[in-house]
Amino acid sequence: MRNEIVIKTQNLSKHFGSFAAVDQISFEVYKGEIFGFLGANGAGKTTAMRMLCGLSLPTSGQASIAGFDIYRQTESIKKHIGYMSQKFSLYEDLTVIENIRFFGGIYGLAPEVIKSKTESLVERLGMSQVKMQLVKSLPLGWKQKLAFSVAILHQPQIVFLDEPTGGVDPITRRQFWDLIYQAADEGITVFVTTHYMDEAEYCHRVSMMVDGQIKALDTPAQLKKIYNEDSMDEVFYRLARGAKRQAD
Amino acid sequence: MKQFLSFVKKEFYHVFRDKKTLLLLFGLPIVQIVLFGFALTNEIKNAEIAIFDLAHDPMSHQITERIKANSTFLVRQYLTHPGDIEQIFKSSNTKLVVVFPSELQTNWARGTQTQIQVIADASDPNTAQTLSSYINLIVMQYQSELTRRTNIPYQIVPEVRMIYNPELKGATNFVPGVMSLVLLLICMMMTSVSIVKEKESGTMEVLLVSPFNPFLVIISKTVPYLLISILNLIVILLLSVYLLGVDINGNVFLLMAESTLFIITALSMGLLISSVTESQQTAMLISLLGMLVPAILLTGFMFPIENMPIALQWISNIIPSKWYYIIVKSVMIKGLGFASIWKETLILMGMTLFLLALSLKKFKTHLE
Repeated sequence: MRNEIVIKTQNLSKHFGSFAAVDQISFEVYKGEIFGFLGANGAGKTTAMRMLCGLSLPTSGQASIAGFDIYRQTESIKKHIGYMSQKFSLYEDLTVIENIRFFGGIYGLAPEVIKSKTESLVERLGMSQVKMQLVKSLPLGWKQKLAFSVAILHQPQIVFLDEPTGGVDPITRRQFWDLIYQAADEGITVFVTTHYMDEAEYCHRVSMMVDGQIKALDTPAQLKKIYNEDSMDEVFYRLARGAKRQAD
Repeated sequence: MKQFLSFVKKEFYHVFRDKKTLLLLFGLPIVQIVLFGFALTNEIKNAEIAIFDLAHDPMSHQITERIKANSTFLVRQYLTHPGDIEQIFKSSNTKLVVVFPSELQTNWARGTQTQIQVIADASDPNTAQTLSSYINLIVMQYQSELTRRTNIPYQIVPEVRMIYNPELKGATNFVPGVMSLVLLLICMMMTSVSIVKEKESGTMEVLLVSPFNPFLVIISKTVPYLLISILNLIVILLLSVYLLGVDINGNVFLLMAESTLFIITALSMGLLISSVTESQQTAMLISLLGMLVPAILLTGFMFPIENMPIALQWISNIIPSKWYYIIVKSVMIKGLGFASIWKETLILMGMTLFLLALSLKKFKTHLE
């Protein structure tokens, strides 16, 4: 599982005027890996992620996603990735089924495929009872699980999750991570940003971003060993303490 | 194409799930037509007036009869004392008092100067003006009939003909105005709000990450409003013909085609607003204050543009509603063909292309 590279960046940078939001980051992510992308607010995580998703163009540097170039092949990239934004990203005034069908539709899945996938997905999430209900009537945890499942409906190679578990209780968070492991087992690479350090422990490898640069990148166990700390919390604190940027 | 259709379907879900907005979408044109057609009309009916007749001769009676026969006036009281005049203005809803001097007919027959006094409540200057000129007209007509009979040759009587709208119906003026307002409001505000809503809720990001073409995203968001607007247009036209009695004198298809053009203009204004705003409130404020109010004031259907300062007259030229209003009036009321409105059509088309190009460009830079 460690051989196939699905994300590769080299000196990737994004400047806003003279401000380097992302400053020459280079890293690789392997197929089927759960890659934690950590950093304080304002460290440049979201900007970096937006470049990787093709939402914004880099100022300089190279990157390839699922084997496609980030400058010239954004359309191909979009077909092979899934994305779940920080804000809740389903339509509240559509039912569970309608949301699944809509996103299946815009990813160009055939109607038969959408139909069978909708059924199995609703079944798997235990949402058969509520499938005709509007999404706004569901509890937040359910919504987030649904949003994640919709994001990987088209079986992307990589799924990007931008702080997917914000505001969710610990039990639901645990269940959410079960879904993430399931996806990784199916060979989907998971690229996830988070503020919760217990979640960082769940990742195969994590990177720590400070002031637009990647200051550390390794397995959680290795990081703790290098910095001689007991928890990821402490590791993160030691690295982020040196930050010059104020969190926004 | 299949993606596009599933997107449009989703948009219709949004529209039909939001019952309040739906009510607004279909209720608004009906309310506006009824309001403007009946309540806010500038024709006056049944204005209460009083007669103070000091003459009591056949002439004063005949004139009184004519005033009573006119649907504009409702003669409520006959006064007997001069002091009553002021009293009646204060104590009732009387708009106007006609005073016939004594020996009216005798004086007239003698050829001396005769005067009828018209006292109007000018706290509402427009009404006072209109009412007194109606009285004037009635008296002049009466007089001209008399003089025709007695063959006095030196009277000049202007013969006024009101063409296109001989009954001076207010609705003829308001229907094109309401059409331009309603279409502008629905297309511009609803489109901009619905797009900005996606930005606010974060779904826009998800859509932009999807392989779905971003331009198709915004195009498909306009489709429901395009269809709803055309439906509204039909409702307005039906109401205007069957309820207000304002006929479509020109070609219906030409009118529909021109209206569709204006709908697209308004949609592109909505797109432009949505591409430069980030919140629904801002989008709504810009639509209402920045676009709708100028459209109401400077279109020409509330206040004549000819009476405005030159600077405002110039500004009115950049307001699409003004051109659409001219087009609707020409086609619907005057019954003119395309030959006489091609210039306005061209201006509207140019504006639409400009707005569309600008908003698509702005939308694209937003992705960066």
